Amino acid sequence: MIPAAFDYHAPTSVEEAMRLLGSSGDVKVLAGGQSLIPVLRLRLAAPEVIVDLGRIESLRGIREDGDTLVIGAMTSHDVVARSPLVATHALLLSKAAQTVADPQVRHLGTFGGALAHADPAGDLLAPALALDASFVIVGPSGSRTVPAADFFQDLFTTAIGEGEILTEVRVPKHTGWGAHYEKFSRVAQQWAIVAVAATVRVEGGTIAQARVALTNMGSVPIRASATEQALVGVAVDASAIAAAVADIADGTRPPSDLNGDGDYRRHLASVLARRSVLAAAG
Amino acid sequence: MTRISVNVDRVSYSDEVENRTLLVQYLRDQLGKTGTVVGCDTSSCGACTVHLDGRSVKSCAMLAVQADGHEVTTIEGLASDGVLHPMQAAFYECHALQCGFCTPGMILSAIDLLNDNPNPTETEIREGLDGNLCRCTGYQNIVRAVQQVAGASASTGASASAGASASAGASASTGASS
Repeated sequence: MIPAAFDYHAPTSVEEAMRLLGSSGDVKVLAGGQSLIPVLRLRLAAPEVIVDLGRIESLRGIREDGDTLVIGAMTSHDVVARSPLVATHALLLSKAAQTVADPQVRHLGTFGGALAHADPAGDLLAPALALDASFVIVGPSGSRTVPAADFFQDLFTTAIGEGEILTEVRVPKHTGWGAHYEKFSRVAQQWAIVAVAATVRVEGGTIAQARVALTNMGSVPIRASATEQALVGVAVDASAIAAAVADIADGTRPPSDLNGDGDYRRHLASVLARRSVLAAAG
Repeated sequence: MTRISVNVDRVSYSDEVENRTLLVQYLRDQLGKTGTVVGCDTSSCGACTVHLDGRSVKSCAMLAVQADGHEVTTIEGLASDGVLHPMQAAFYECHALQCGFCTPGMILSAIDLLNDNPNPTETEIREGLDGNLCRCTGYQNIVRAVQQVAGASASTGASASAGASASAGASASTGASS
């Protein structure tokens, strides 16, 4: 199918985008389009106006700002996955970006677009949460910064309001931390049934600090705070790590669907957490 | 309607398109480049893969207006003066197809893969092609074809992209630009 007709605008500045977003009550923002265009084709959405952010150069790129790594919202997954800056200071994001969909989708799909879309099975949400990223949102009245814990609100719902766009994501540097994103799916290209994002700082063979979050175990990514605390002081050893992460699914209510019921997902979470933390620490 | 200027297979075009026209429709219906096929129609199968500025993309998951000002290479732009691109030749020699429907997208993805990683392992080839589905061959001969091109480049000491350009006389737009 082809999309329903719409007016199309491709602004070249954020200011121009703000004006266009206010021009109609039925606007969709186009980033990389790898989720939106299939949705338009299926006629699950038929907006009157599309505002394409693809021509706003200031929204692309990765830079350092003191202790923070700043990733422009329109930076492609492929660029994030290959970036030496990201690998050095936020290895967890590199690892997760490498697993997004397939090469073609990573070439067009964008870091900010995927986070703003907030699919609960998306691969970047849990890493952003684990790394305490914050989200810079620009609207007609200026910009505000929202921490990851408040950004993801529900299925496909974020703190981004009507007439606003995500411009950049600020990630505190985790330089020297090991990281891994362990994703379970049955076939190539499938969204994660469950995934575990882990990044750890190891000192002298034991885990000094850990950050862990879960993908697709609820309507929003889940920070495994109790598990993070349980991992502190744990030796980098398979059985010790397995014991520390065993209860990671406690308190979660994951969805049941054709890929597995909630109990299966809870079991998967502890298995994947063991693998993910062990790989991150190794 | 919006006017776009696109370079497709080393030819510049300027056309009026509907905003909602997908890139694959523009290529097939307006330019007549039916070598790029529509498979699943849901951006899963990769049959419609083309290169945008040298990188593989699914042309069914992109609007023609997004391609304005960019360079597109389709399967029809790979051969030069009647000489197949080395990847096309390898698919032919290794019998890396049965029905042939996935072949255009598979070849464009395979070229991008080798531009990126001239000496991939078998696993890297399989993972690098995971955006393309083949329902006939079981992939074995496709992997062999990619290995043949990679091996030919390695044995001459050239990178895959340099080897491809030199032997096929292909332009930078066939993927060597990365």
